[in-house]
Amino acid sequence: MRYLSLTDTNRAEMLAVIGVPSIDALYRDVPPSARIAGPVDLPHGQGELAVERALTRLAARNVPAGSVPSFLGCGAYRHHVPAAVDHLVQRGEFLTSYTPYQPEIAQGTLQALFEFQTQVALITGMDVANASMYDGATATAEAVMMANRLTRRRKAILAGSLHPHYGETVATYARFNGFEVAAQPPDAAGMGDPAAAIDAETSCLVVQYPGFFGELRDYSAAAEACHRGGALLIVVVTEAVSLGLVKPPGAMGADIVVGEGQSLGNALNFGGPYLGLFATRDRYVRQMPGRLAGETADVEGRRGFVLTLSAREQHIRREKATSNICTNSGLCALAFAIHLALLGEAGFSRLASLNHEAAVRAAERLAAVSRVSLMTGTFFNEFTLRLPVPAAPVVEVLARRGVLGGVPASRFWPGNAELAPLLIVAATETNTEDEMDAFAQALGEAIR
Amino acid sequence: MSIVKYTSEHEWVRIDGGEAVVGITDYAQTQLGDVVYVELPERGRTVAMGKEAGTVESVKAASEIYAPLSGEVIDINASLGDEPARVNTDPMGEGWFFKLKLSNPAEADGLLDEAAYQKLVAGLT
Amino acid sequence: MSDWSKALSGFAREAGGGAGNRGLEIEEHLLFEQDEPGRTGVDLPEPSSVPDRLGGMRRESAIGLPGLSEPQVVRHFTRLSHKNYAIDTGLYPLGSCTMKHNPRLNEKVARLPGFADLHPMQPMATVQGALELIDTLAHWLKTLTGMPAVAMTPAAGAHGELCGMMCIKAALEARGEPRRRVLVPESAHGTNPATAATCGYEVDPIPANARGRVDLGVLKQKLGPDVAAIMLTNPNTCGLFEDETLAIADAVHAAGAYFYLDGANFNALVGRVRPGDLGVDCMHINLHKTFSTPHGGGGPGSGPVVLAETLARFAPLPWLVHDADGFRLVEQNPGEAIGRIKGFHGQMGMFVRALAFMMSHGADGLRRAAGDAVLNANYVLARVADVMTASYPGPAMHEVLFDDRFLEGTHVTTLDFAKAMIDAGFHPMTMYFPLVVHGALLVEPTENESKAGLDHFIAVLRGLAERARAGDADYFHAAPQLAPRRRLDETNAARKPVLRWRPPTKVAAE
Repeated sequence: MRYLSLTDTNRAEMLAVIGVPSIDALYRDVPPSARIAGPVDLPHGQGELAVERALTRLAARNVPAGSVPSFLGCGAYRHHVPAAVDHLVQRGEFLTSYTPYQPEIAQGTLQALFEFQTQVALITGMDVANASMYDGATATAEAVMMANRLTRRRKAILAGSLHPHYGETVATYARFNGFEVAAQPPDAAGMGDPAAAIDAETSCLVVQYPGFFGELRDYSAAAEACHRGGALLIVVVTEAVSLGLVKPPGAMGADIVVGEGQSLGNALNFGGPYLGLFATRDRYVRQMPGRLAGETADVEGRRGFVLTLSAREQHIRREKATSNICTNSGLCALAFAIHLALLGEAGFSRLASLNHEAAVRAAERLAAVSRVSLMTGTFFNEFTLRLPVPAAPVVEVLARRGVLGGVPASRFWPGNAELAPLLIVAATETNTEDEMDAFAQALGEAIR
Repeated sequence: MSIVKYTSEHEWVRIDGGEAVVGITDYAQTQLGDVVYVELPERGRTVAMGKEAGTVESVKAASEIYAPLSGEVIDINASLGDEPARVNTDPMGEGWFFKLKLSNPAEADGLLDEAAYQKLVAGLT
Repeated sequence: MSDWSKALSGFAREAGGGAGNRGLEIEEHLLFEQDEPGRTGVDLPEPSSVPDRLGGMRRESAIGLPGLSEPQVVRHFTRLSHKNYAIDTGLYPLGSCTMKHNPRLNEKVARLPGFADLHPMQPMATVQGALELIDTLAHWLKTLTGMPAVAMTPAAGAHGELCGMMCIKAALEARGEPRRRVLVPESAHGTNPATAATCGYEVDPIPANARGRVDLGVLKQKLGPDVAAIMLTNPNTCGLFEDETLAIADAVHAAGAYFYLDGANFNALVGRVRPGDLGVDCMHINLHKTFSTPHGGGGPGSGPVVLAETLARFAPLPWLVHDADGFRLVEQNPGEAIGRIKGFHGQMGMFVRALAFMMSHGADGLRRAAGDAVLNANYVLARVADVMTASYPGPAMHEVLFDDRFLEGTHVTTLDFAKAMIDAGFHPMTMYFPLVVHGALLVEPTENESKAGLDHFIAVLRGLAERARAGDADYFHAAPQLAPRRRLDETNAARKPVLRWRPPTKVAAE
C-alpha cells in the first residue's frame, strides 16, 4: 500500500525490538470477542487510477453549476476564484500543517490568520474578528449564545430576513443549550419591523443583510432600538462580496457581525466546507468564541504572532469555555484571505459592482417575462420573483432544459401557500447576458 | 486591627471590622503563571460565601475566584485592568481583587488561619 | 551603510536586534504594509453605469484593504508558507491529532467540477452522483464501526460531539427522563466537558486508576438515574485501550444511560475493532484524523456521528434517503430529528477526500494501516523507555504517553524539551495533555512513518534526554534558536491583545 512506508522486514525487526511475536499481540488489551478476525465486508484497496476512475464516474453524474446557466444563491454564491488561490492553498506547508500551537514553526499560518482577522474586521466595519468558525449558520448560533452571556438574558429574536437554515440551527442550539428563540415568519416582502418585538427579556435581534429574499435595508434604527432595550444587534451577512459595495454593518451599529465567507476563495463544494465569519466590538472580545491570532514579539524583539486569549477556549476552560469549538476553518479562511489580497480595495469594490450590475440586468430581463414580477425593490446580487404558478415544478422543468434557474422558496418552506410562487434568484460576475437571456426564455416557456 | 484568613481555594481575606479585602495567595499565583486578565464582580453585587465571584486568567489556565465570605462588593481593584501582573508581583498587596461589606462576619470562623493555610500548602508542594 | 540596507542584508541580526532575511527564509511584512492605492491583482471588466438598485445603501467610505499585484501576493503567501512545519516537512508526532499523510489524489478528485462546482440547492436530480458519494461514504463508516446509522452533517469533531450529545438528550426527553449529569474521564479532551456543558449538562469527572484507565469502581458509584451518558475515548488519551470497556458499557446501560465514544483515536482500531461490538451508542469520527483529510493549519474538519438504533431517529436534518427514485435529501421532518446543526448538507469536500482514502486502502489496507500505527508507537516506546519515563506499561495503542519524571532535577520542563526538538527539526509532540500526568508528552507517529524516520526521531529524543540529564539546562531554556522565530511572548499577547493591524494614526499638525 503506497502510503505505508514499513516493509515486512522492518515490521519483523521492530516486533523483535518490542519483544512481541506479531502486531496482533499488541492488541492484547482488546477483549477477544471485540477483535475482528479479518477485513470487514468492504472492497479491497485500489490503485490511484482505479480510484480516480470510480470517483470521476460519480462526478460525471452531476451537473456542475458552471456547465449551464446558473442563478443560485440562498447562502452560497458562484464566483470566479483566481487560479493563484488554489495553487497557494495546496502548498504542503499550508495544506498539511496543524493548528499553530507551536508558534515558532507556524508563523505562516499565524500571520495569515492575523491578516484574515484584519480583513474581516475591515469589510464588516467592526473592531475585531476571529480566525473563522465552521460556517455562517453555526457562527450565528455562537453569536446568539455570546449575546446571551453578555446581556444575561435568554431570548433571541430572529428576523424574517434570516436564512432558514441559520434560523433552524439557532433553534436546535436553543433547544439544547436552554434559551428561547422567537422566530419571525419569513419576510419575503422585506417590510417587517423585527425591532418591534424587543422586550426586557431580549438578548439579541438577529437580522440578515442582504436579506434571504435579497432585500437591502438599513438596520441603524434597529440597532438603536436594541440598545435602548438593553439588547444586542447581530447582523448576518451570507454574501461576503456585498460588503464591497454596501454600507458595512459596523456603521449601522451592529454589536456582532457574523456570516458566510464561502464567496471569496472557496468553491461551492455542494455546501461544505465553508467558513463562518465572526466580528465584534473591542469591549466584547473576551466573550468571543473561536481562535484568535494576536501580535507579539519574540525574545529577540522581532514581531511575531501567536494564538491568544486561549483561556476562553475548550482546551483550557473545558466545561466553562465560551464554546466547545476546536477547529476553525483554517484552509478556507486562507483561501478567503488570498482572494481578498488579490482583489484589494479597488478589485473588491469593482467585483461587487459587477455583481450588482449582473443582478440588475438579470432582474430586468426576468421581470419582463410575462406574468412574472420582481418583489425586491433594493438588492445587491439576489432578488425574489413572484411567478404566476408554484415555483418548484418550474425549477424542475428549467433544470431539464439545462438552466439552474433560482431556488424556489418552497424548498425551505414546503406547504406554505403564500411562498409557493416565489423564486429566489442570484446573479454574479460569472453570469453572462446570453445566460440571462436563456434563463428568461426558458422561464417564459416553463410557466406558459 | 485587621486579621488575615484563607480559604482552601487559595484566596486570602483581610478582615477589618465589617469589611474585608479579597485576593489570591502567592501559591495560587505561582500555579497560574503570568496573570493576563482578571474578571471582577461589579460594584454593588451581592456575593455568597463559596460561590463564584469572578475569574483570573493566565496564558495557560483560568480559575474561578470564589467569595470567601458573603457580602456586597463595595470596591474593586480597577488597576488590574491595565496591570494584571500585580497579581503575580504583589498578590497580597497591590494585587487585591475586591472589597466586601460583610453580611455575616461570623462566617470568618470557618476559614483557615495562617498556620492552617501554610500547612495546607506544605501538603501540596 | 544605511539602516535599511543593513536590515536587508542580515547585518541587523548580527547586531542583535531587528529582523533580516536568512538565505531562503525571508522576512515578510503584512499585506497592509505593502499597499499602493488603486493597485490590484485581479483584472476585472469595468462596470457599466447601469442605474443601481441599492436604495441608498451604497458604501460611502473606503474599506482600507491593501492593493497588491498577483506576483506580490504569490510571493507573500509563499514566503509565509516557508515558516510553517507540516506533515509534508517531517514527522508530526502530535498525540491525539493523527497527523497522517494527506494524499494528493484526494485533492485532485475533490476538485473535479462534478463535485466542487455543485451548488447545495441545485435540484436533486442534478446531483445524484454527489448524493451517492455521501451514501457510499456513510456505508463505509457504518461497516467499519458496526453501527446501523450515521449523521453526516457535523462540520468537525467537536461539532460531532455536540450532535451526539444532542441526540442523546433528545432520546432521554422522548423517554421522559431529563437526566442532568454526564460522566467524563479526567483524561478526556477538553471538547468533551465543553460539549456536555453546551447541552446544559453538569459534568462529573471520573479519575484514572493506577493503570491509566477509567476507574470502573468510581464509575459504578457515580452512575445513577440522573446520569445521561458517559463520554469515553477508546483508546484513551493515555494511548491505552480501555480494557474494561464491555463492563463499562454494561454498567452504563443498566443505569439507563448512553455510551458516547469520542472517536478521535479510531486510527488504532479501524478495520480491527468495531465500536458497535463494544456497546457504543454514539461515536463521532474525525475524517481529518483517521481518514486523512488535510488539517489545513487548523481546519476545516468533518465529524460524522455513527448512531445505534435507539438514537438513529434523532439524527439531525437533512437525512439522505435512497429509494426507487434515487437519492434525495429529506430536509424537513416533523418526526424526532433534532433539526439542523449547520447550513446545507455537510462537508462534501471532505467526504470526497475521505472516500478516496478509504477506496485506496480498502478493508485490508485500513486494517494494515491501523496495525502499523500501533506498531510504530510501540517501537518508539520500546526504544526510549530507558531514557524517558513512560507513564504506563505497554502495550500502547497508536500513541504513547510520557511524563516529565525523567526531567526531574534537570531544571528542564516539558515545554523546554519540546522547544529543543524544534531546533532538531521535529515538530514537538502534544504537551501537557492529558492532564492526568505531570508534564505530559503524548507521541503519535501514525502509520506512514518509515522505520528510518522513526530511528532518527528516537535518536533525537534520546540525545535530548541525555543532554537534559547532563545538566545543559541553558540549551533548553534558549530553544528554539533556529526556527523562524524564537520563543514568543504569549503573556503580553494576552495582556494587551493586538488582534488586527490598524493604520498608523497620523500625528496632528502642530
